[in-house]
Amino acid sequence: MPEASLGGKIDGVPNLREAVEDFLYQEAALLDEWRLDEWLKLFTVDARYVVPTTDLPEGDPKKDLVFIDDDIVRLRARVERLKSRHGHREFPWSRTRRFITNVRIKQLEEDNIFVTSSFLVYRFRMGDTNPYVGWYEHRLKQVDGELKIRHKRSVLDMEALRDHGAVSIIL
Amino acid sequence: MVELKGLIIDNPEAGIFRVHRSAMTSPEILQMEQERVFNKCWLYLCHESEVENPGDYRRRNVAGRPLFFVRGSDGKLRVFLNTCTHRGALICRRDQGNADVLQCFYHAWTFNNQGELIGVPDQAGYGKSFNRGEMGLKSPPRVDNYRGFVFISFNPDVEDLVTYLADARDYIDLVVDQAEEGMRIISGSNRYFVKANWKLLVENSLDGYHVKPTHKTYFEYVTSLGVKTGAVQTAFSRPARVLGNGHAVEEHDGVRGRPIARWSPLFGEENKEEIARIRARLVEKFGEQRTHLMADISRNLLVYPNLMIIDSIDITVRVFWPITPELMEVTAWQLAPKEEKGELLARRLDNFLTFHGPGGFATPDDVEAIESCQAGYKAEGVEWSELSRGMHREAIAEDELQLRAFWRQWYGYMSGLGKVETRDPAVGERSSVAS
Repeated sequence: MPEASLGGKIDGVPNLREAVEDFLYQEAALLDEWRLDEWLKLFTVDARYVVPTTDLPEGDPKKDLVFIDDDIVRLRARVERLKSRHGHREFPWSRTRRFITNVRIKQLEEDNIFVTSSFLVYRFRMGDTNPYVGWYEHRLKQVDGELKIRHKRSVLDMEALRDHGAVSIIL
Repeated sequence: MVELKGLIIDNPEAGIFRVHRSAMTSPEILQMEQERVFNKCWLYLCHESEVENPGDYRRRNVAGRPLFFVRGSDGKLRVFLNTCTHRGALICRRDQGNADVLQCFYHAWTFNNQGELIGVPDQAGYGKSFNRGEMGLKSPPRVDNYRGFVFISFNPDVEDLVTYLADARDYIDLVVDQAEEGMRIISGSNRYFVKANWKLLVENSLDGYHVKPTHKTYFEYVTSLGVKTGAVQTAFSRPARVLGNGHAVEEHDGVRGRPIARWSPLFGEENKEEIARIRARLVEKFGEQRTHLMADISRNLLVYPNLMIIDSIDITVRVFWPITPELMEVTAWQLAPKEEKGELLARRLDNFLTFHGPGGFATPDDVEAIESCQAGYKAEGVEWSELSRGMHREAIAEDELQLRAFWRQWYGYMSGLGKVETRDPAVGERSSVAS
């Protein structure tokens, strides 16, 4: 399918590009503000959240080792863990700031909107500064008049988790 | 010069085992470890499955030295120092690939995938004494393979690998024997850096004592999936085992299922038969007792000094290298039987992600714990770390005997004593501390 034109149209979303950008910025704000329960509500129940390893960006969780491959059950558990004082890597919480640019609507297919973007996520904690750099692939879907995430893949550009030690925040 | 004597207090009669914290902070000690541990021992390099086809190569640093390994067109796996014999440039400049020849980009010297120098531009510019046959790529002094695990040593006089592995061999066998067609490393690796001394990850990886308090959120998660985790309270009561030469193992009862070969409801009814079939095959080949050890008991094995094979709900291979006294580089892979495909492989990888790895529900907290120790050392006022747990009894998995075994052998190498006794003395010989 050809790449959708800028500001492509989909039924029920009059200004698609604007709506998609607003959605990504809102998601970033919820994460930076640690409003994780609200963030969870952005996902459909059949959603998936994947972070491949740094040496295999095209990794397939079914047959390759990845960093994260969450269905909605594990995503909820991840949020519970991040809210717990026993989630030691993020207790106390780090400060984060997310920058999202280069947003492109790549494809419209039935009710799926394929979006890619570049991210820079700064994490500050215990005197350390850890920048995560990479790109997102979001597969969004219109549900009851609202955009929802059906699939989110966060692909890292770094060669290794050199300063990070872990992927303890949500990317 | 560092005064080694006094870095460890090992007094079984008094029930005292302490390590001086400068062992984790001193640059001089790291320099000595480089010479007396990493330049003397066998060191894990790779698994043979990582270069399956002729021409396959990968580069990897071992003890700070750039190496690469390649399967030659003759089918043989060779290991080379990653430096041109001409003026030193790196020969292998990609992390992995396949090649018949490797050419140095600097002056275009060309080597075949068996390390021979096969091309020198304008060779007439060299005199008669130039012998191309002597200018092939150089290998580390010793390279050997135990059941697929490839080790190297920079010490030409090191004992043979099997002798070095001592009783750790049996535990490697318990892993490898699970496969019908041999083991393979799954593609995708975890590469992360931890701001802590490398020996703290040895301790953490062998330490059954921290599991319940540190990994509370992990157990909450698997409980929410319907796994009965009550058994974890007693899972770490098995006898502690030390395996000679600094190797040690922390064994515990598995509370979850594993693809080989212990079904649990999380695997789904559809995989029950397959897992039962694998178990029956193991029983037929190895008997009930050994199958029980393979399939029901989990183990964290240290192959001294820095290879961990963690054989539990998945099989993690983890190796870590000091960069500075306060920073290490960790790489972890997943090992699986070659014949394992589809749903069982997916379950294995999923098991890994629940606990292990930088995005798992447990490993990040281990990273936090040992970085926290390293940060705490800066307080300086407390000079010693305390590792005497279980010294007054027959030690169990959640005691610290495995850690003491590591440290005793570390001291053996560092002080030039060589191999030393790494067990606690028999309880009867520790009369003053009994009960």
